Amino acid sequence: MDRFRMIFQYFQSNSESVMNGICGLLALASVKMYTSFDFSCPCLPRYNMAYGLGIMFVPPIALFLCGLILNRQSLVMLEEWRRPQGHRKKDLAVIRYMCSSIMQRAMVAPVVWIIVTLLDGKCLICAFSGSVDPQNFVGFANTSPVQVQHLLAKVPCKDDELVRNNTSRKAVSRYLRCWSQALGWSILLILILAAFLARWLRPCFNQAALLQARHWSNYIDIEQKIFEETCCEHSRLFAHKCILHFFESMRQEIKLHSFSLPREGEGAEGEEDLLRGITDQDQVNKLLKMWYYEKPPLDVSQPQGWCGGRRQKPQH
Amino acid sequence: MDKFRMIFQFLQSNQESFMNGICGIMALASAQMYSAFDFNCPCLPHYNLAYGLGILLVPPFILFLLGFVLNNNISMLAEEWRRPRGQRGKDPAVLRYMFCSMAQRAMIAPVVWVSVTLLDGKCITCAFCTSLPVETLGNASHTGLSRGEMKRVLARIPCKEIYDGQEFIANEVAVRYLRCISQALGWCFVLLMTTLAFLVRSLRPCFTQAAFLKSRYWSHYIDIERKLFDETCAEHAKSFAKVCIQQFFEGMGTDLAAARCHPPRKTPADAEEAAEKLLGITDQGTMNAALKSWHRCKPPLHLHSPALPSSNGWAGEKQPPVHPPAPRREVAAYYSRV
Repeated sequence: MDRFRMIFQYFQSNSESVMNGICGLLALASVKMYTSFDFSCPCLPRYNMAYGLGIMFVPPIALFLCGLILNRQSLVMLEEWRRPQGHRKKDLAVIRYMCSSIMQRAMVAPVVWIIVTLLDGKCLICAFSGSVDPQNFVGFANTSPVQVQHLLAKVPCKDDELVRNNTSRKAVSRYLRCWSQALGWSILLILILAAFLARWLRPCFNQAALLQARHWSNYIDIEQKIFEETCCEHSRLFAHKCILHFFESMRQEIKLHSFSLPREGEGAEGEEDLLRGITDQDQVNKLLKMWYYEKPPLDVSQPQGWCGGRRQKPQH
Repeated sequence: MDKFRMIFQFLQSNQESFMNGICGIMALASAQMYSAFDFNCPCLPHYNLAYGLGILLVPPFILFLLGFVLNNNISMLAEEWRRPRGQRGKDPAVLRYMFCSMAQRAMIAPVVWVSVTLLDGKCITCAFCTSLPVETLGNASHTGLSRGEMKRVLARIPCKEIYDGQEFIANEVAVRYLRCISQALGWCFVLLMTTLAFLVRSLRPCFTQAAFLKSRYWSHYIDIERKLFDETCAEHAKSFAKVCIQQFFEGMGTDLAAARCHPPRKTPADAEEAAEKLLGITDQGTMNAALKSWHRCKPPLHLHSPALPSSNGWAGEKQPPVHPPAPRREVAAYYSRV
């Protein structure tokens, strides 16, 4: 019981912290994945755009789905949404609150990836090097369109022999990186402003409803955890009783089949109880064999439930 | 510290959390194994494909099997599947649940290996360098090489030091192209796996929640029941051993007293408890005899009742059989001295 209480207190205090912790870990993992990822632009005319934009947008989708999967509350919300009404009404405000809090946490890692990508610049340089206007750059100004496309596609690859000594390559690269970083910082600023406003202005709009929704969403989460914990406790007690019944029925069967004299010893009473009447190698072997070949039925309602198969209990 | 102990105990008692920990460790081990592995492309026409695809597909299979082997519950699943029906019916839904949850956890390390391999690019570069579209990427027009020769040249792409086809297709161009394809495949694979995992997890509450709760409860029950049964058997064995040894020593003490023909020493009242613990053995010679007898002639696995005189016959010539024959039912006739 004491253990139960300690665990309950732990869960009550840490449900939000656990979720915040997971979301932070995922954001760090996202940065680490980007830095350890070996970005290599193909430097071919049509492939650049696909590769660059793919690297910018496909991992965030995967990270978003990961954020949803790893968050326990998303399951709780889905169960609450899909459950039959029964005796308890469904409150859509609670479900909406849970959904928005899950989405906010799941969006952190993808946004971190996109911002890191933009601030680094390689993706945008790779994707849009073929789309710059060659007339603005001296080295690409007087070449044929096909040739210029080919050359521009090679800009992200510094060591390629075609553009190694081209002075405008660095210019294009710097130009694109500047746009990329400007975009990155702007997005970061907008998001932080939006978060700031949302948090600051929230108490002005319907604070009471928010408090209610938050309370009941916490409640649903805790209720589910406690239900699982109670089921574990219950199955432990059930198993304990089932095994005790099994030993008891073995003792009865042994009594019926053997003619051992009634025990009268006082000194070893405690130990004899623990032995549950099984005092022989054969009896132990028989007990273990019975346990494997004929597990007792899942029914602890009868005090001496069954006895070696004589009484047929309904199968579970 | 107490709180940590409680949490640790809770995690251990909840088999699912413990298994999540193991599968996370295996995923990290898989990534580490790949980075420590020294990839060596053979750079020969037919061997490249075999080596590349082998490194891509064989270690994940091994990791998948390892995931099952390291999972304690596999023996529980096998036991539940193969046990005779007896008094208790078998629920296939429970077996399916146990198998699915084990398979899902075992899949994580192989998926990590395949993703890391594809994102790194060396395997695909090695495996598919002979299938490069030379016409689009390089200058295949003015070569006089046959297809076989061309394949041999292309096969050396991953090995920069011995590559000699720079005029047909530049090494960097080819490597970049293949790596780009490999990374695209890798990210698509990661996206596919995460989508699958998301669907599996989120469709369950919509369709089969009640059946899921039932299967989960009974699979936990089977695990707990097995552990409790082992604990009960261990307790029983301990008590059995205790009584067996006690009776052995009592038998020894009685026989020794009878052999020496003097009554057991009368100990003073305050030393009675200690003397009881000594079980009648009070000198080196007696102890040595007791130890030798324990080794040569262990008592039978049958605890007689304390009211009857204990006559294991250990000191005598006849050796009592260790396993009393099974069909014998007249227990009293065997153990009484009459």
